[in-house]
Amino acid sequence: MGTVPSALKHCLSYQHLLKEQLWIGEPAAPHAGQESQASGLPEYIKIVEVGPRDGLQNEKVIVPTDIKIELINRLSKTGLPAIEVTSFVSSKWVPQMADHKEVMRGIERHPGVQYPVLTPNLQGFHSAIAAGATEVSVFGAASESFSKMNINCSIEESIEKFEEVAKSARNMNIPVRGYVSCALGCPYEGNIIPAKVAEVSKRLYSMGCYEISLGDTIGVGTPGSMKTMLEAVMKEIPLSALAVHCHDTYGQALANILTAIQMGVAVVDSSVAGLGGCPYAKGATGNVATEDVIYMLNGLGINTGVNLYAVMEAGNFICAALNKKTNSKVAQASFNNGTIN
Amino acid sequence: RGARLTLSLCPQVSGAAAAGAFPKRVKVVEVGPRDGLQNEKNVVPTPVKINLINMLSETGLQVIEATSFVSPKWVPQMADHTEVMQGINKLPGISYPVLTPNLKGFQAAVAAGAKEVSIFGAASELFTKKNINCSIEESLERFDEVMTAARAASIPVRGYVSCVLGCPYEGKISAAKVAEVSKKMYSMGCYEISLGDTIGVGTPGSMKEMLTAVMKEVPVGALAVHCHDTYGQALANILIALQMGVSVVDASVAGLGGCPYAQGASGNVATEDLVYMLNGLGIHTGVDLQKLMDTGTFICNALNRRTNSKVSQASCRL
Repeated sequence: MGTVPSALKHCLSYQHLLKEQLWIGEPAAPHAGQESQASGLPEYIKIVEVGPRDGLQNEKVIVPTDIKIELINRLSKTGLPAIEVTSFVSSKWVPQMADHKEVMRGIERHPGVQYPVLTPNLQGFHSAIAAGATEVSVFGAASESFSKMNINCSIEESIEKFEEVAKSARNMNIPVRGYVSCALGCPYEGNIIPAKVAEVSKRLYSMGCYEISLGDTIGVGTPGSMKTMLEAVMKEIPLSALAVHCHDTYGQALANILTAIQMGVAVVDSSVAGLGGCPYAKGATGNVATEDVIYMLNGLGINTGVNLYAVMEAGNFICAALNKKTNSKVAQASFNNGTIN
Repeated sequence: RGARLTLSLCPQVSGAAAAGAFPKRVKVVEVGPRDGLQNEKNVVPTPVKINLINMLSETGLQVIEATSFVSPKWVPQMADHTEVMQGINKLPGISYPVLTPNLKGFQAAVAAGAKEVSIFGAASELFTKKNINCSIEESLERFDEVMTAARAASIPVRGYVSCVLGCPYEGKISAAKVAEVSKKMYSMGCYEISLGDTIGVGTPGSMKEMLTAVMKEVPVGALAVHCHDTYGQALANILIALQMGVSVVDASVAGLGGCPYAQGASGNVATEDLVYMLNGLGIHTGVDLQKLMDTGTFICNALNRRTNSKVSQASCRL
């Protein structure tokens, strides 16, 4: 920039710009569908909100149950079609998710919104169903070392456990979502070959997972590796069953997501306020912020059904409760010091 | 281990660039010492500025914007422009452009040894009025004087256009207006036009629309993008620009330089994060990412602040 007076801090018309001209708080304009179609991008993208589970799980501060419930209830009012609520995993492993039953039972269930929960095994699955869950997720990995370190078994052994879950789920008409971690790199093995990601994805899809979320667990991916990986996976899984779960640890998430949607992927995972650091790089960020994703998709004329301003308010709520700054740049830019004026 | 893991996980993927979707090479224009420091609160001592630029000169960067020959009343951070210009090691093959808002600044710059200058236009009338108290047309007339003098001295001039994807005062900016101002500056003799998303509000959608209009008037080889990361959109916007054939990208080491229009928000995109992405795309930059990160660490320590580069954050052991 040129010679800008640095004393300028606020600009009233700037706030005006935000609200009325940059679609913050507004869904995509009526003709936006044409704009996105002309550019070859999906007309609609489903946002899967993972803040309450993936986000909070990777936050140091243990969040009280009522705060978790309040967060999810707020998110339910934003237009988000899917909100990952909690994880039915042993509280010894994940203390943050120890209140899974209370959260599942305590939240408002809005019509048209899915509330999936993690179920690492059959025991967790039964517990989830008993608590009222109507959709579950299982977590595979494209790396043997990661699988071993994370859940103390090989990929093959983990698949066998998931098959038990998938079988029970099928009998009860419960949809199952499959995650593949380390899709673009592993903290132990380094590079992960796309063929391995495709292989694990195919196993999960074949056992009945309706959707496969490909996770860049440590955020090392770039548009180059995203493209190569998706090309391999798309040979095995229909595009409509694919989602991307990008971490922003190296600042690459939005560029990676853009690459994925250019290839036709129409489901994107994200976390309100970018909740959830990276357990593999101290002090680094993790999940991409839902606000920043929606801002980009709005600008591309892609419909998400989500009210950005409402998400920012939910983000503001949880950051105040966690006593932390938001990781969303859109929220940072829109509010003073990351909190609402 | 973190840094080695970063670099080994981001090998040159030669396939992507060869596929023709992206330029094979990108010129990274480092604006940290000028645009970056100018928007930092703490005034940086001259020796620190000089050391910063010298360290950047060792990273493989080909263009490093050194300082601004503007009145210290307006921009106290750049008051030491002459000392900086005269104090830095000027390595062969590296260009050290400086800002020159008018003829007086240009003459001072040349006297101090500058071999390349930059001028700043805007696609917004209101921004120009608030910024330099004149209309766009009047600002271009002032630049004409600089162009004439530069031509006579065989000094290349780079033109910046601010507010290309939005203005803090006017709001939406028409792509046609950006194209018009870019065309004028290119016709005046600027060898390159850097299109600046000054408040970082742009998205790949508006970037595409704007570039489509500008590319009708200015050859893509003469275009650069200067994206701010205030809304986290910078790398996605840069990606679109690359896909459209732009091969010059401005960035700031450690993401130096906040945004004066949104308190507490970030500004420039971090050079480290940009180079990380370009490496992953198999695009050649000539920049050594590790040396760049080391330089970012140096200036952040000197400024007593955390880096804005996510690559640096992820790689550091705190």
